[in-house]
Amino acid sequence: MPPLLSVKNLSTHFFTKEGIIKAVDDISYDINEGEVIGLVGESGCGKSVSALSLMRLIPNPPGKIVNGEIFFEGRDLLKLSKDDMCDVRGNRISMIFQEPMSSLNPVLTIGDQIKEPMVLHKGINRENAIKKTLKLLENVHIPEGDTRINAYPHMFSGGMRQRAMIAMGISCNPKLIIADEPTTALDVTIQAQLLELMKQLSKDFSSALFLITHNLGLVARYADRVNVMYAGRIIEKATAADLYGDPRHPYTIGLMASVPRLDQDIKKKLVPIDGQPPDLLYLPPGCPFHPRCRYRIDRCSIENPELEAVSDNHEKACWVDVRNQ
Amino acid sequence: MLETNNQKILQVRDLAVHFPIFKGMVFKKKIGDVKAVDGVSFHIFSGETFGLVGESGCGKTTTGRAILCLDRPTAGNIMFNGNDITRHDTTMLRQLRREMQMVFQDPFGSLDPRMTARDIIGEPLLVHNMTKSHAEYRDKIDHLLEIVGLNPGMAQRYPHEFSGGQRQRIGIARALSIKPKFIVCDEPVSALDVSIQAQIINLMEELQEAFDLTYLFIAHDLAVVRHISNRIAVMYLGDIVEIADRIDLYQNPQHPYTKALLSAVPVPDPAVEAVRQHLLIEGEVPSPFNPPAGCKFHTRCPYAMAVCKSEVPLFGPVGESEHMVACHLYR
Repeated sequence: MPPLLSVKNLSTHFFTKEGIIKAVDDISYDINEGEVIGLVGESGCGKSVSALSLMRLIPNPPGKIVNGEIFFEGRDLLKLSKDDMCDVRGNRISMIFQEPMSSLNPVLTIGDQIKEPMVLHKGINRENAIKKTLKLLENVHIPEGDTRINAYPHMFSGGMRQRAMIAMGISCNPKLIIADEPTTALDVTIQAQLLELMKQLSKDFSSALFLITHNLGLVARYADRVNVMYAGRIIEKATAADLYGDPRHPYTIGLMASVPRLDQDIKKKLVPIDGQPPDLLYLPPGCPFHPRCRYRIDRCSIENPELEAVSDNHEKACWVDVRNQ
Repeated sequence: MLETNNQKILQVRDLAVHFPIFKGMVFKKKIGDVKAVDGVSFHIFSGETFGLVGESGCGKTTTGRAILCLDRPTAGNIMFNGNDITRHDTTMLRQLRREMQMVFQDPFGSLDPRMTARDIIGEPLLVHNMTKSHAEYRDKIDHLLEIVGLNPGMAQRYPHEFSGGQRQRIGIARALSIKPKFIVCDEPVSALDVSIQAQIINLMEELQEAFDLTYLFIAHDLAVVRHISNRIAVMYLGDIVEIADRIDLYQNPQHPYTKALLSAVPVPDPAVEAVRQHLLIEGEVPSPFNPPAGCKFHTRCPYAMAVCKSEVPLFGPVGESEHMVACHLYR
């Protein structure tokens, strides 16, 4: 079975006065039907830009998708006309954004905003749209749907707004839901509720879930496969079990050693990664991680490694075999 | 575990901080209180790190601010080194400030953008007349920069020229400048990137050892709090619901809210996650303006009984231990 979505050599660059920022630089990955795939990385590593590129929502200027192909349901999304692309957005692929406070329109009721994609894409009439909206509110566990449907976003708490966003996201029964840091702004108990809900709904609606986050724990709990990004590139790809059980890229290893864990021995000291994430404008030559890497060899500062397979379903971009160190 | 000489540096008794709510434009009428902190008691031993966890709006920051006399308590008292600091005057406050400092959450908002790193770190020294000459002032600041892992050559830079982690280091240097004994750290790492968080946590641990500091560490990230604290208090809607030693709290949580908080934090290991039990709680935190009667957690508690709706549970020890909990299940 071909993958649901196949990204090939995608590059998204931003052309600024100071220079070209390669926010996404030659990344390739697949998403299979119905799976939960995680994308992990720190702020500024290009996670969100890669998600926005899938939806062709990169502000231009200054941004531009300069290279690559995005195959989805047999078509290259980058070659679609504007109208065809509009028909994909919110219909076949939907997106749940990070900030539930600012990504809803404050002057439209929650009901109107949930209805909008269905009216637009499915052309259903008013009565059916209201009925479906009530059903969706129930699906995302918003109580008293018949009064809440007329409420405005400011009357909702952060968690409720994110629930409304999820309702909007699943309204047209998309094949792929992109969730960009969906719970970062929320409290931990609410975060757990919402992710549980999203996982359940994506299963019920048989959609794939693309979970973008900086939280290694969330990915471990919910994702089947994981891509790790650093400075605009994917540096490791693996199944969740492989990535956490046998990480091969020094950055992945470093990330895991630097987060405190609830289940680990408390006397264990954290091992931070030295230095700071690089400025994408002034990337070091060679592998962008080499100035912070404890395994670096001379070659690292000259050549940037490509992804190579270390086993089935496990790839890393590193010159060094960390197991020998 | 760190050596604690069992001397209480801080003792908080029945602390309450209420913020009045007014209605009306011309004739302002008080219509109620937001009970941000509603009667909490705890003590902190000299040299330890006391963790305060809870979700947003539970009153953890207000508790920290009240201890630093930044918010006036409505009731209760705070003893610092044996002195009641709730009824302070200006001279006493000035003296107190030399002993207690704060590290803030937001490394972007807590530094004046128009001051250089040197001026920011040096301001407390000038306020408290702690330097005699300009040369000494500069030396002290260079030394402080080195302590927190920054290059003294960066002293002339402005905050926007530093990264988030570096700014947090400046905030820590500022707090350290007058050699305080006690530092309130209000979410010091939550705004930082994952790989930087560990750097700051390690720095804070090293400084604690080097300068014999006592921390009140406020955070919502339980994994971080567990890592750095000796004892931990869990807050919910203005109340402390559980206090325990960190090992006890994580291995043997008593309050249903603590259990839910713990299980909501994922462990970065799919093998562990697959077998972990998750206690998910429904609903959201009620408004502190109009909190539920009885136990404030009963609206979301999976074990709620009839008594929980009417009676406020007493805060008391579990068995003979130091482990304190406020829940009817154990009474």
